[in-house]
Amino acid sequence: MKALVFALGSGFVFGTGLWVSGMANPKKVLGFLDITGKWDASLLLVMAAAVAITLVGFRVVLRNPKPVLEETFELPQKKDIDLPLIAGSAVFGIGWGIAGYCPGPAITALAALSTESIVFVAAMIAGGLLHRFALAPRDG
Amino acid sequence: MHDFTPVSALAGGALIGLASVWLLAANGRIAGVSGILHGLFSPPFGEWRAWFISGLLLAGLAWQAAGAPVPLRQDFSLVWAAAAGLLVGFGTRMSGGCTSGHGVCGLGRLSARSLVAVCVFMASGMVSVYVTRHLLGVTS
Repeated sequence: MKALVFALGSGFVFGTGLWVSGMANPKKVLGFLDITGKWDASLLLVMAAAVAITLVGFRVVLRNPKPVLEETFELPQKKDIDLPLIAGSAVFGIGWGIAGYCPGPAITALAALSTESIVFVAAMIAGGLLHRFALAPRDG
Repeated sequence: MHDFTPVSALAGGALIGLASVWLLAANGRIAGVSGILHGLFSPPFGEWRAWFISGLLLAGLAWQAAGAPVPLRQDFSLVWAAAAGLLVGFGTRMSGGCTSGHGVCGLGRLSARSLVAVCVFMASGMVSVYVTRHLLGVTS
């Protein structure tokens, strides 16, 4: 139970960060990606601040043999730079540039009950399922 | 440079980074939102995922309850929202991560795979905005 409350807390702080930073505002995200228009570099700083903290924090955390509330660290094992990585990232970027939403901001924006975020998240779940059923055997 | 908001960007980014370190330290998990979301739809169902996603939603509700601005678009076509959601859902499952999993967490772990993913989806997002905003006029 304690672990679940901590997961909730992490999601809450994460979501608050998305709102504070402007990531939850699709117009701001599109402004960041719009390098030939009115470019807004703010989101570069969001990523820089977040990565500065994970870079140090992860290193400290992973010195421990196990996490505080679970038995093991579950870390991604894949190392190869392959076609699915590149093609998938390209496809994701196209969708991101159309709507201005990536997964985290789209989910926290659901709280505003805007029709576009509800449609986007439903379609995002469908897209993930489509991938699973179309390319199931190699899905990790 | 337009609408540049360095202070809120850095503060929000720091919260996102802290939440990611917190989830790894307490639960031993990577805060990759696309993976957490899609994990809800594929067995074995991890209860912590639902709690993390609930935290993201609660953050949106709290943000609104606090009277902070919730930027909403009225002019974004739902057909484009659906198309974008499908691409984001499919692409992130194919590449194994999004802005949070590959971006905030993967870069923090110095993963070469994630660095490639981030470069590809940033570039693809910028091309997508150029095409959909400046050539097709999908977003204003």
